[in-house]
Formats: sequence, structure tokens, C-alpha cells
Amino acid sequence: MRYRKILKQYFWLILFLLFSAGSAVFNFLPGQKILANFNFFLFELITFLPLMFLLVGLFDVWVPKESIERHIGAEAGWQGFFWVVLLAMMQAGPLYGAFPVAYILSRKGASVRNIFVYLGVFSCLKIPLLTFEVNFLGLQFTLLRTLFSLPLFYLIGLLMEWQLGENYKVSDGK
Amino acid sequence: MTGLQIGWKMFLNMLPALLTILSIVSILLYLVPQESIVQLLGAKSGPVGVLIAGLVGAIALIPPFIAFPLAGILLSKGVGYSVVAVFVTTLIMVGFVTIPIEIRYFGKKAALLRNSLSFVAALIIGLLIGLVL
Repeated sequence: MRYRKILKQYFWLILFLLFSAGSAVFNFLPGQKILANFNFFLFELITFLPLMFLLVGLFDVWVPKESIERHIGAEAGWQGFFWVVLLAMMQAGPLYGAFPVAYILSRKGASVRNIFVYLGVFSCLKIPLLTFEVNFLGLQFTLLRTLFSLPLFYLIGLLMEWQLGENYKVSDGK
Repeated sequence: MTGLQIGWKMFLNMLPALLTILSIVSILLYLVPQESIVQLLGAKSGPVGVLIAGLVGAIALIPPFIAFPLAGILLSKGVGYSVVAVFVTTLIMVGFVTIPIEIRYFGKKAALLRNSLSFVAALIIGLLIGLVL
């Protein structure tokens, strides 16, 4: 039963790998290029995702609820915004890596507003990304984008909280 | 359960859906090569160009280490700052292809709303940057 479930979950992926193996054997160039793209994403996934989930797990066990509630909870105000921006900026990896972190923050009592500020800052203003942006698009461009982004992210947080209600919780992704 | 076990279980939970999406994106990335993206974004300027940039950025899932050099190429080809800013911002903020995963964590309403609001925010950021630079 369990194997059938796993087979079902990975059905498309198995097809994809068979296609890739076939492409390698028969020297089918498009298939090889597609596999190269996939390897690229896979590398990103392997380098960041396990680490994110490890952090989430440790966070769950070690960080007390009260401290999250106090710093980025509903009563935290402007300082909460500051802390959540700082936390999100210090991370790395693709956006989907932030979803489990959002879940754990939500479970530990972060306010709805701050969870969506977190997602915004994580996606756009994490430091590894900014250094990259400075290199290719220039410091002025990067600073302006950061400057214009922050108030908008706060606004998105407010709108999300207004629409979803203060009791909204992120689920564990099952 | 220990922290490690909790994290590992959540990781395994996300893995199949994520790998499926990434394999599909790999195929799309092949079908739509970078040159056509550059062409598409360079073709129109003004509001239409900005809107196209936003939509392309929202749909595409291009990792930053390809996206920023690509954006640099666009700038050097004379594509406007607002077009490039909107493209970059929707690219990293709006994830059309990862919406199924986002829905599992946030629910349909929140996922759709966050992506729509982010799209609008990206347009505003692009327009403001276009005004200044």
C-alpha cells in the first residue's frame, strides 16, 4: 500500500527520469538540455531546502512560543516589522523554502501581517540576492528597489491580515 | 519527536510536488529560451512593455543567478528601467508555477491574494524606479 502511494506521488518524476535516460542513450539533444535545466534546479533544491527544514525543525523544538509572540506577534508593532525584515534578509534560497518557515513562525505566534512581510522580504530583499543584484544592475537600482519595496510589503501584510483575519494560520503543507 | 524528525518529515512531504513542478519548469525553460525572453521584453516599451514584463516574470521560474545577468543584458540593450524592475520583481515575488505548493501551506485564498498583490506591488515598484532613473 505504502509503495503504491509513493509510486503515485513520484509517477511523473519517474516518467521524466526515463525520458532523460532515453535522451542520454539515444543522444536526443533537447532531452539532454532539459535534464541540464532540471539538474540546475535540483542543485538549488538540495543546497537550500534540507537546511531550511532542519532549521524549521530545530526552531520548533528550541524556540519558545513566547519569544516569537513578543518579538513578531500581534502586539509587537514597529519593532516586530523590524525583526521580521531582519530575519528574512539574512536568509537564502528559493521562495518555496520560505513556506515551511512561514508555517513555523505562524505556529509560534507571529502575526499574520508579519508572516506576509516575511515572505515579501524573503523573496525580494534577502542579502545574497541583493549582492547579486548590485553586481548586475548596479547599486542605485538595488537601493531604489529596496526603498520602494519595504513600504509596499508592509501594506501587503496589512491587506492580507485584513482579508484573512487575525486568527489565520499557515498550515504544515500536508 | 525531535526537531530533526519534524524537519525531515516536512521535507519529504514537500518533495514529490516540488520535483514534479521543477521537472515541468525544466521543460518549459527549454521550450522558451532566454533569447526569446530578451526579444519579448525588448519589443514593447511603455505601459504595454511593463505589463508584458510583469506577466513573463510572474509565469517564469528563473533562478536569480540567471535572472539578474539576463536583466543586465536587457538594460544594456536599452530596455527601460521600469520594464527591467517589474520583470525582476515579479520573477522573484510571484510564483505562478509554484502556486500548487503555496496553496498547500497557505490555502487558496491567501496564495492567490498574495500573488496578485505582489504583482500589483511589482508594477508600482517598476513605475517608481522608471520615474527616478
